[in-house]
Amino acid sequence: MTAALDMLSLSTNSSSPGHTARLAQAAGVPLNRRVLSYHEAPPTSSSDPTLALQREFARPLYARPSALPSSTGAVTNKSRKIPTQPERVLDAPGMVDDFYLNLITWSCQNVLAVALAESTYIWRAETGTVSRVGEAPEGSYVSSVDFSNDGAYLGIGIGTGEVELWDVEAAQKLRTMSGHQGQIAALSWHQHILSSACGDGSIWHHDVRMPRHKVMELLGHTGEVCGLKWREDGELLASGGNDNVVNVWDGRVGDVGTEGARGTAKWTKRNHTAAVKAIAWCPWQPSLLASGGGSNDATMHIWNTTTGARLHSLRTPSQITSLLFSPHRKEILSTHGYPTNSLMLHAYPSMERIAEIRDAHDSRVLFSALAPAGDVVVTGAGDENLKFWRVWEVEKSKVGKKKAVGEVKEGRANSTTREGILSIR
Amino acid sequence: MAGTKQAPTRQAITLKGSTNLVTEFFKYAVNTILFQRGVYPSDDFHMVKKYGQTVLVTQDLALENYLDRILKQVNKWLLTGSVTQLVLAVISKDSRIPLERWVFDVNLVEQPAESSEPAPPKPESEIQAEIRYILKQIVSTVTFLPIIDEPTVFNILAYTSESADVPADEWVDTDPLAIEAGKSQQVKLRSFSTDVHRIEAMVAYRYEG
Repeated sequence: MTAALDMLSLSTNSSSPGHTARLAQAAGVPLNRRVLSYHEAPPTSSSDPTLALQREFARPLYARPSALPSSTGAVTNKSRKIPTQPERVLDAPGMVDDFYLNLITWSCQNVLAVALAESTYIWRAETGTVSRVGEAPEGSYVSSVDFSNDGAYLGIGIGTGEVELWDVEAAQKLRTMSGHQGQIAALSWHQHILSSACGDGSIWHHDVRMPRHKVMELLGHTGEVCGLKWREDGELLASGGNDNVVNVWDGRVGDVGTEGARGTAKWTKRNHTAAVKAIAWCPWQPSLLASGGGSNDATMHIWNTTTGARLHSLRTPSQITSLLFSPHRKEILSTHGYPTNSLMLHAYPSMERIAEIRDAHDSRVLFSALAPAGDVVVTGAGDENLKFWRVWEVEKSKVGKKKAVGEVKEGRANSTTREGILSIR
Repeated sequence: MAGTKQAPTRQAITLKGSTNLVTEFFKYAVNTILFQRGVYPSDDFHMVKKYGQTVLVTQDLALENYLDRILKQVNKWLLTGSVTQLVLAVISKDSRIPLERWVFDVNLVEQPAESSEPAPPKPESEIQAEIRYILKQIVSTVTFLPIIDEPTVFNILAYTSESADVPADEWVDTDPLAIEAGKSQQVKLRSFSTDVHRIEAMVAYRYEG
């Protein structure tokens, strides 16, 4: 039609102008006007709607954040420097590369317990000696370890559902507490109560003194429970699971001996969008709880456990595998999995990044534990190394610079660890 | 030179400024329509803050470039005052039948007679508010426009004057992609104006009731 009108407009001279105008009016296309379109057709959408949701979930795995500006792959604040190299490295052959397990614990007696496949090893930080404590039954593996508060006993969770109790000093098994049907992914002690988190989503309180050890059952997760931490005072227990839920439980166990007692969660949080393994209580503000989500969440939430309010949230570049509060400073350390494999140090409450050590391990950093002195953090990863990082130097304030250097050297000499590489097995 | 006169905080909007404003509006309007009418999958869009509200804008690079190229030329035409209408046609991908035409009339605001005092410049906040209303109205049209349940493509048409400078290899004369009068419903939308341009929006859609 336009073409026809173009023709008409070209031949205006030959026909009556009034006629052309009337025709144009009738056709609704004004004269002396061109209708143009761009010569190319618009592009089709490059995004492919199939599996869009799944790709959305996998995206954090591919999006490695831009490299850090420094050559060492680490960034530190001007005012706050942390060593970007581990203080020492221990060989840990056979360490299981499984996000859901908790394979490192460090006791108040400065003893580090590490589970390597079916065996548990103890490394005494003072002497550097290594000894083997338990061994899981044939065909199974150790899925979690935790020291009792006094450091005298070690709880070992087995892949088949048993919870073992070991005397650390004598390296002797005291008892086996069975009953769980799935793997024990996390353990946490409070005095004589050893709480175990099971693959079927249940949490049991075991009274280790009692013959009938199971004193309470906490049901509040529909997926495997992989994060479990008692608050220091034993009033609250926090748990995180593969169902993306964070639960906080009242720690009162009730009448001892009432078999089948069940607890209910004080509150339940569903803000995470991936498994919650990283759980940490704040030592200097007991109501604070930090929780960190897995790969497609990668977000840290800080909760006020008294009110249940979410105080802060921080998105990180990759899955959060563990969280540690500093006992001396208002700081939180988080360890991360693929793609950054990093250690990150955040200020509280600003949540600013103070420091980051990229590629702390060759594979995802899975486990971490804090030395009793609160200065050294040990991290374990699927690359079968244990690395010790002096993240929080315990220093006396107001010392001159030269003195501070001496302090550091002295600190090194009688610190929790000594230089050197040693194999733990 | 005029010592007594205070420096104006904001210059009266110029032709160039107005042109840029209109071009920008067109960009966001097109994006909003493409999103709301599902021409492109919603995953392709992300939210940006614009005009004091969130607007969904495509992040598909190819589409972004495509729109940029078009808008660049539209900008030129606006500057020379040779474009009178811009149309975004939503077309069925398979049958090529035009389903919707989003029409934006571009009018030049007549300057008042020289004898009278020039009208005070329109504050930018007011212009933005008007733009915001149009964009909101585009969003709300979803409630009455027929649901499109087939794949669609779009086409942008520019109605220019005969004398317009047209880059020959980039823009071609085309069919107006009109919807037959008997099957077309039209809804007039709000308009907005700067000191130079007045944009009137309208949507026509195929309705065979």
